[in-house]
Amino acid sequence: MSPQPDAGQSQAVAEELKNTSLSTQPVLEAVGLSRSFGPIEVLSDVSIDVRAGEVHAIIGENGAGKSTLMKILSGHLAPSRGAIKLYGSAVELKGPVDAERRGIVLVHQEIMLAPNLSIAENMFLGRELWRGLTVDDREMNRRAAEAMRVFGVEAAVTVPVQQLSIAQRQLAQIARVLAVPHRIAIFDEPTASLTPIETSALLNLIQELKAKGVAVLYISHRLEEVKSVADVVTVLRDGKRVTTKPAAELEPVDMARLMVGRDLLALYPPRPPVPTGAPAFEVAHFGAAGFAEEASFSVRPGEILGFSGLVGAGRTELFEALFGLRKGGGEIRMNGEAQQWRDARAGMRAGAVYLTEDRKSKGLLLEETIATNLTLAALDKFQRGPLVDRARENRALDEAIQRFDIRVGDKNLLAGQMSGGNQQKLLLAKMMQLNPRVVVIDEPTRGIDIGAKQQIYRFITALATEGRSVIVISSEMAELIGICHRIIVMRNGRVVGEVAGEAMNEHAIVVLATGVHTSVEGARA
Amino acid sequence: MTQAVREAPVAAPRRRVNVAAVAPFAALALICALGALANPRFLSFDNITNVLARSTFIATIAVGQTLVITGGGLDLSVGAMAAFIAGLVILFLNSGLIDNMPLLIVSAMALSLAVGALCGLFNGVTATVGKIEPFIVTLGTMGIFRSLLTWLAQGGSITIRNNDVRAAYRQVYFGDLFGVPYPVLVILGVAVAGAFILYGTAYGRHVRAVGSNEDVARYSGINVARVRTLTYVLQGLCVALAVIVYVPRLSSASAATGLGWELTAITAVVVGGTRLKGGVGHMWGTIAGALILEVIGNIMLLSNLVSEYLIGAVQGAIIIVAMLAQRGMSGSR
Repeated sequence: MSPQPDAGQSQAVAEELKNTSLSTQPVLEAVGLSRSFGPIEVLSDVSIDVRAGEVHAIIGENGAGKSTLMKILSGHLAPSRGAIKLYGSAVELKGPVDAERRGIVLVHQEIMLAPNLSIAENMFLGRELWRGLTVDDREMNRRAAEAMRVFGVEAAVTVPVQQLSIAQRQLAQIARVLAVPHRIAIFDEPTASLTPIETSALLNLIQELKAKGVAVLYISHRLEEVKSVADVVTVLRDGKRVTTKPAAELEPVDMARLMVGRDLLALYPPRPPVPTGAPAFEVAHFGAAGFAEEASFSVRPGEILGFSGLVGAGRTELFEALFGLRKGGGEIRMNGEAQQWRDARAGMRAGAVYLTEDRKSKGLLLEETIATNLTLAALDKFQRGPLVDRARENRALDEAIQRFDIRVGDKNLLAGQMSGGNQQKLLLAKMMQLNPRVVVIDEPTRGIDIGAKQQIYRFITALATEGRSVIVISSEMAELIGICHRIIVMRNGRVVGEVAGEAMNEHAIVVLATGVHTSVEGARA
Repeated sequence: MTQAVREAPVAAPRRRVNVAAVAPFAALALICALGALANPRFLSFDNITNVLARSTFIATIAVGQTLVITGGGLDLSVGAMAAFIAGLVILFLNSGLIDNMPLLIVSAMALSLAVGALCGLFNGVTATVGKIEPFIVTLGTMGIFRSLLTWLAQGGSITIRNNDVRAAYRQVYFGDLFGVPYPVLVILGVAVAGAFILYGTAYGRHVRAVGSNEDVARYSGINVARVRTLTYVLQGLCVALAVIVYVPRLSSASAATGLGWELTAITAVVVGGTRLKGGVGHMWGTIAGALILEVIGNIMLLSNLVSEYLIGAVQGAIIIVAMLAQRGMSGSR
């Protein structure tokens, strides 16, 4: 397996592809695809193919060119050089609609649903079912509910999707795409916001597609998942293809090494010692209207407390209610003092911050600069008289870039132009401007690459080492087990249990989260 | 200095953003050049100062509207509010409550500002605390303010009765400082203050944040309702300032006072490059936008090329052309 990342490798590529071919003719081929944005080439001379009934995973760090490649293959972007072949003959995709007409469909990483329409309405948008002169809502609702049930989700298919959680929206989006048969399905990080149960349902669904002879291209950061679902794995790094191999020959650790280009240190940093001080943050009998009730827990200075549970368990809603971001009520104490937070500002004054799971639409102003975002929550600290002190702001930016390793070539970049990992680091840096004692981080590593993940874990651990209380809400059980001292599990809006120390394992968490005492085969992180 | 501050955040990453910021000024220069070609009198000092003075009302109101729109709101009530405040101010001048002339006029100005701030506060609180679309709220208050003026005037007009008061107050519109008419100083002062608030202060940044993404602002601990409400109060103050300059010009207020000002002001804001859905505000662009509208009207009057009755059509066409130009420059297809 000699990786040949250099250009001019077409011969070797052809050779290698031949060796890895599992079956028959490729359905879709990328031949020497390149794509530049301005002077920067984000994809150079990449060739891959995918066959009927095959799952081909594309992995790589953020910025490796995965999404660019997928966008080219689904007609969203035109290549600068290279060709796309469908059943052996070169085609020019004129756009996503043209691609769909040819049987290629992309399941987007970003959620693209009309927020005011229901799951059912979204699912049948543009292909509504009719009965006589009216839309057949009953039938559409029934079919939508059925499609969602495949994921084991009892989603309300008739409420506007903006009222649903991100995971439910993500599933609705996948269901919408799969409602129409296609020959080639491209998934761009479909599981980024899903919990293990839904992930395993999705993976089953992909196995079904495979059995039907659909060619599947699959992008994911979750290497365990790639290992379990893919037949062939292609690793991209810096816009170039590093290798293509049968999944059977690659272990997750190999994949990670190929992606990063060097040996990874341990993914999780050493756990700080278990703290023993008095609780810094106590919550009792707290509820979020319609989502969570009777939640009681506490966290000590220097402690990392995890919150696990299935989608819809009410974790995010509970903490949003705690911070006055949605309706709810109960007892909150900071260092023994009773608190009532009507808005996020009140929590900040008391020394507690909440970092949203939805960094793109609730965490950062995507059209503003990094500096503007960095100081937004603590702007009063950067004031001189009525003016914003730009010099101080710039110093804070330099410090944050250094401390949180925010990798930007240009400091004037807009937040929306940064990678997911850098956005997450920026969100963390933004809230740390407030120097909080209690930090709640919701889904800290969703949709970010393994290198950035590893850094985020280090930052979180460092916060605890500095004596702050940290609460991590995550759907990735492995990361909670990897960094937390204790993990609280929620189910249907209630705290149902807690695991700590040696007892922290995926099986124990799944049992609590589902309330079902069986080993869940698909519960991979 | 405010100019420099404004350019800073916009500068680097996308060069076309700069083009969008400069475009209104380029358009203004082009239109002025055309005006000079059409009629040499256009560039005379008298004509220029006249145009500037006439644009005071719209420009001043549009500065407030820029803040409101940047914060994600909209204020349709400004024209009616101007008429209402003008009526109250004239009634106060006629009331004979104060004998001392300068004190009477200063008190009238203070009254104007107080009423403007209150009207704005009402708009803001109703929109934010009442959680009603600003379009609807200000559509409602637009009717209320206009109707109150009509009632105060009993269907006719309210005029400054005392000739001495009228003569003394006249100076505010027709007077000048070193040759620069007071109204021009008002535009300059309001624009500098508006740019200072929007680009320099923490509050201005909060306005942008709230208009750009309300959720992000809320999750960042910004009091969205307070920030938005204050934009309407500032808008009310701008309307009051416009009234202070307007009243001495005609010395009367009627149901026709300020008619259509809201649309002209919004046109100026949008032509100036401010995004109608909020988050991006161009204070100096707004001033350029207000001047463009006034200059075009002026050229039409001077040149006889196009009937002056078509001014509304031309202004309507400008806003559409400006939006198309912005669309083209931002590169979206």
